[in-house]
Amino acid sequence: MKKKLLGVILTAGLLAGVLAGCGQTKEAASTAAPATEETAPAAESAAEPAESQDASASAQARSLEDIKADGKLVIGVFSDKNPFGYVDANGDVQGYDVYFAKRLALDLFGSEDAVEFVYVEAASRVEYLKSAKVDIILANFTVTDERSEQVDFALPYMKVALGVVSPESNLITDVEQLKEKTLIVVKGTTAETYFQENYPEINLLKFDEYQEAYDALADGRGDAFSTDNTEVLAWALQNKGFAVGIESIGNLDTIAPAVQKGNTELLNWINEEIESLAAEQFFHKDFEETLKPVYGDSVDADSLVVEGGIVD
Amino acid sequence: MQDLGIQVLFQGRNFIRLWEGLWVTLRIAVISMAFSVLLGFFLGMVMTMHNRAVRCITRLYLETVRILPQLVLLFLVYFGAAKHLGINMSGETAAIIVFTFWGTAEMGDLVRGALIATPRHQYESAGGLGMNTLQTYFYVIIPQTIRRLLPPAVNLLTRMIKTTSLVVLIGVVEVVKVGKQIIDASRYQTPTAALWIYGVIFIMYFIVCYPFSRLSLWLEKKYEI
Repeated sequence: MKKKLLGVILTAGLLAGVLAGCGQTKEAASTAAPATEETAPAAESAAEPAESQDASASAQARSLEDIKADGKLVIGVFSDKNPFGYVDANGDVQGYDVYFAKRLALDLFGSEDAVEFVYVEAASRVEYLKSAKVDIILANFTVTDERSEQVDFALPYMKVALGVVSPESNLITDVEQLKEKTLIVVKGTTAETYFQENYPEINLLKFDEYQEAYDALADGRGDAFSTDNTEVLAWALQNKGFAVGIESIGNLDTIAPAVQKGNTELLNWINEEIESLAAEQFFHKDFEETLKPVYGDSVDADSLVVEGGIVD
Repeated sequence: MQDLGIQVLFQGRNFIRLWEGLWVTLRIAVISMAFSVLLGFFLGMVMTMHNRAVRCITRLYLETVRILPQLVLLFLVYFGAAKHLGINMSGETAAIIVFTFWGTAEMGDLVRGALIATPRHQYESAGGLGMNTLQTYFYVIIPQTIRRLLPPAVNLLTRMIKTTSLVVLIGVVEVVKVGKQIIDASRYQTPTAALWIYGVIFIMYFIVCYPFSRLSLWLEKKYEI
C-alpha cells in the first residue's frame, strides 16, 4: 500500500512541475506581447493579413523598429558552402552572402559587426523564418514558386543557370555542337530535366553522384558535363585541360534575401538597399572580394552578379 | 605538401575549434544525462506501480519517445515552441530538453528493470526492520540497483554523445559541424582534407567515450558484492 502511495505522490509532483512550467512560460509570453505591440504597431497590422491567409502558425517576426531598438540584425547564413557562406580557419564567417549581410548591418547601424550570424542548413531555412529565429535569410536561397508561398523574397542579388564544361581540346561553346554527342548529367538536377525536355537529340549519360560524373568526364566517357554554372566553373579551374564553354544556359534562377511572410517593412528596406547599392556596383565589389579568388578570371562577374535587383 | 590533408588541421584556429565543438557535444550530453538519471530514477519507481492508469501513461511516454526520431523532437521543440507557444529558446536549451526527454524515458525503463530484478525479500526485510517506503528505497534498493544500472547507463550516455551530431540542424555547432566547416573552407586548396578531419573526429569521440566506459567498469568492480 505504502509503495502505491509514494507513486501517487511522485506522479502528482511531476504533474505539478509540468503544469507550473507551462504556466510560467505562458506568463512570460503574455507579458512580452504588449511590449512589441507598443513599439511596432505598423508591422503588426502589416503581418496580420499574411497570418490569416496562412493556416500554419508563425511566430511574430521582428519589425524594422524592433531590430533598430535591439541594435543588432540576426541573419541566417550557410557555414559550409564555400564561397557563399563558410567559416575560415580563424572561425570567422566569410563569403558572398556574408559580405552583403555585413553591409546591411553597416547601413542600418553604422557598424559591420552589428549582426549576429545564425548558421542554417538548407533544409531548415524556411523554418528559421517562420519561427522568427532570424530576421533575414541570406543563404544562397534560390527563388522558387513553392518557397514564395512560405516566405517573402526581396530583390535578387545573384543569378544561377546551367553551365557546360568540356575538354579544352574539344571545347563545346554552343549547345548545337552537342547534337548526337554524349552529355553527362547528374540525376535529379535541373540539368537533367532541362536537356531532356529541350534537347531530346542529345544523348544523356546519367550518374547518381557528382564525383562519378566528373570521373566520367575526365575519362572521356562523355563529351561534356552540365550542372549549375557555379559548380562547373569552380571545377574547371582545378582541373587543367577543361574549360567551361557555355557559362549560362537553361532557366535562369535567381538568389535573393528572404524575410518572414508579411514582414513588409523589413522587406521594403532590403529592396531599397539593393536598389541604392547598384549605384556603387556593390555586388561587383562583393564578387571581386569573395568569388574571384575561387573562380579567377575565367568567370565574368556579369554572368553571376545581379545589381539593383534587375535581371536581364 | 599541397596534397597532405592533415595540414588543414593546423591552419589558424582549426584544431582548437574542433575541441571547442567537442566541448559543446559533451556539455549537451552530460547535462542531459544528469537530468535523465535524476528524473529516470523517479520514473522508474513510478513505473513499478501496479496502478493501471500510471502504467498506461508511462508506457505511452516510453513508446512515444522510442518511436519518434530524435530529429523530429528537436524540430518540434526548437521551431514548434517558437511558432506555437512564442517561446524562443536557444538551440542548446532545446537540445538539452529533447535529450533529457529521451534519456529520462530510457533511464526510467532501465531503473524499472533493475528494481524488478531486486529480490522481493529485500523489500520485505527492510519493512521488517521498520523502514518506510522512502527509507527502503534510499537505503536498501537504490544502492543495489546502481550496480546493475551502471553498464546500461554508460551505454546510454555514449549513445547520447554520438546522437548530439543531430543538433546541427537546429543551429548548434558541435564537433561534426566544425569538421564540415573546415573541410568546406579548404575545399579548393586541400580537397583531401575530408578523410583527415573525419579521422581526427573519430579519435576525439573515442577519447571522450573510452574513459566513460573505463569508469563504469571500475565502478562496477568497486560495487561488486
